[in-house]
Amino acid sequence: MNKRKETLTALLFASPWFVGFTVFLLYPIIASIYLSFCDYSVLRPAVFIGLQNYSDLINDSIFKQALSNTVIYTAAALPLGLVVSLGLAMLLNTKVKGLAFYRTLFYMPSLVPLVALAILMQFIFNGQYGVLNSLLREFLPFVHGKSWPPNWLGDPRFSKLVLIFISAWGAGNAMVIYLAGLQDVPVQLYEAAQLDGAGWCSTTRNVTIPMISPVILFNLVMGIIGTLQVFTLPYVISNQGSPMRSIYFYTMYLFDNAFVYHKMGYACAMGWILFIIILLLTLLSFKLSEKHVHYGS
Amino acid sequence: MLLRKLYTPLTIVGLLATFAYSEYVVKPHYHDHKIHIVYWEKWTGGEGDAIKQTVNYFNHSQNKIHVDLLTISDIQDKTLLSVAGGDPPDVAGLYGADVAQYADDRAVIDLDPYLRKYGIKKSQYIPVYWKMNNIRGKEYALPSTPASTALFYNRALFKAAGMDPDKPRDWHHGHYTIEEMDKDAARLTKFAPNGQLQIMGFLPAEPGWWEWGWGYFFGGKLWNGSNKITANDAGNIKAYQWIASFSKKYGANNVSAFHSGLGQFSSSQNGFMAGKVAMEIQGVWFYHYIAMYAPNMLANPKTGKQAEWGIAPFPYPADRPDRAGTTFADEDVLVIPRGAKHPNSAFKFIDFMESPKGMDMLCGLQWKMSPLIHNEPGFYRNNRNRTARFFAEQAESKNVINVPRTGIYPEYADALQNAYDAVSLLDQTPKQALDVVQRQIQRQLNEYIQHEKMRLAAEGKSHK
Repeated sequence: MNKRKETLTALLFASPWFVGFTVFLLYPIIASIYLSFCDYSVLRPAVFIGLQNYSDLINDSIFKQALSNTVIYTAAALPLGLVVSLGLAMLLNTKVKGLAFYRTLFYMPSLVPLVALAILMQFIFNGQYGVLNSLLREFLPFVHGKSWPPNWLGDPRFSKLVLIFISAWGAGNAMVIYLAGLQDVPVQLYEAAQLDGAGWCSTTRNVTIPMISPVILFNLVMGIIGTLQVFTLPYVISNQGSPMRSIYFYTMYLFDNAFVYHKMGYACAMGWILFIIILLLTLLSFKLSEKHVHYGS
Repeated sequence: MLLRKLYTPLTIVGLLATFAYSEYVVKPHYHDHKIHIVYWEKWTGGEGDAIKQTVNYFNHSQNKIHVDLLTISDIQDKTLLSVAGGDPPDVAGLYGADVAQYADDRAVIDLDPYLRKYGIKKSQYIPVYWKMNNIRGKEYALPSTPASTALFYNRALFKAAGMDPDKPRDWHHGHYTIEEMDKDAARLTKFAPNGQLQIMGFLPAEPGWWEWGWGYFFGGKLWNGSNKITANDAGNIKAYQWIASFSKKYGANNVSAFHSGLGQFSSSQNGFMAGKVAMEIQGVWFYHYIAMYAPNMLANPKTGKQAEWGIAPFPYPADRPDRAGTTFADEDVLVIPRGAKHPNSAFKFIDFMESPKGMDMLCGLQWKMSPLIHNEPGFYRNNRNRTARFFAEQAESKNVINVPRTGIYPEYADALQNAYDAVSLLDQTPKQALDVVQRQIQRQLNEYIQHEKMRLAAEGKSHK
């Protein structure tokens, strides 16, 4: 088979993907750039309005609230997820009996579908009959009062906190990636550290963390992308991010604009702003990681 | 060698043949010489069965049209997307609250030409159910099943508290006021020894479907019908003060926790049916749900047992007797989406549904009242819902209210829900919360009007 024919065959085999990518991804992406400058309700012709969608977003208090909720959630849930998954991975990288069992046990929660998880958490955090409040009433009766124990998901002071806590439930995925990274750390480095008299803290700081730093960077970037797009859990758990839109996140407002309010142009503008935020944070992560991430090569 | 040469063209032909065959297999084939129309409906369960029976009756009553009924979840989104994709159903069963938005978006067609052709007139309907579908003078939908609301009260809980079990119905010859209801609610409210609420006499957040409309009970209005939002008018503020009074009396956290502990609406754990909420605003459908999930609450003529619940018009503020009989009216509607393949046949089916025969069959099977003024003989006498006539009379009240007929209603309802949260959690005063809604929604409405003008101008240009 000559070179030209080989290329043609390869392209032919890849063509389903090319067609799918062009029709279902590339075209909508390009169209959404244009539509973000339009008043577009899906069923009527798009009307070009210049930067109005973007300037309206600046004055939109719900947009600001959704953005602020998302930033707070990301700032808390992302480090929490990184620390919990790394901690679990390090624990599961030790030589203890029944390791396979523990690894499965800690990975299993991340297999629970998000909708099922949301319903489960509603049972746990329910203000009246929830497991948590039943325990608190049993064991902390001395703080009984009209505000104790709180209705966790119905109180704007706690609802975000609960959601951040729940986010750690999915740490199993990142944990598996960390575990693979940890097992790649050359044993001789630990032996050398041991010979030098390094303790656990010192070994972790000077050997483990630097050696798995590319994995940490990977999980950080994936975490930024994932947490900034949090949707399913708050969407199922709350009605419009209630109470008081305290768990109303960026993608929920984007969804509502597109499919409930029929303001697709506005939603496209929101989509592009989110894309730029994620892109900038990812680039920043790469920039900051230059000095701290060590690649084997 | 020949085979190698033919390899590529044969593969392409094979692929095309596969596509063509799959299209052939998927496409429905009818051999009955009827026009098949597709009808999307949102209802499942008992309501869905009622629609199925009515459609079956229509299909067997004539030999020209066959309605293919499909149950669709998230019908609003899917109807919108199907219209955008150019492959909508011929008939869609939307919610009445959606009509204005879908009409403005040109997702549904104007039914006026059909109404003229088939002689369907406004005078045939209880006025509110016609008015709800009238957007800027044109009718975009027709009712399928209607609803109105009233106060349901638990007679057993009234009796247990040593009160007249029919007080909401009988007090001052049916002139029950909100102030009197609040006093009764306080007597009916019970706490557990640990301070948790066990029973609430009344809870404005239950069932939580009409947070947007409490202001109307106190003389408030949400807009002037064209370009002015009135979210923070005196009546609305008064309504939100009333909402806040429950949290002030029982504790915001306590009320919120109690509400979160109430079961699903369609279950025996429903707050009213489980005896957790003594009085509740509910609609015509509730009789059917009580019969399904709490049949022990119904009257039993054989044993002489009285019903454990009763209904009365929702009370009004003592200083606003003009608000007596305030009731929410809502309805399910039938629309023809833009781009429907068989609009004429679709309307023939709708015409049947709007006839006393079709409407009474559907509404009767769904245990509801009819939106029509004249029904088949015995419709109310034979209706399994003994409250159906009461709710039909409610819908004819001069104080009947329905959602604002504007395309920004979904945003308005969300903003009011947010204000409701803020007020009931005592985070903001009613005035503060409603001022926020006023600012947000007036801005939205101004933009909406401006965008509508631009769209019309652009469409005018494209027509030229």
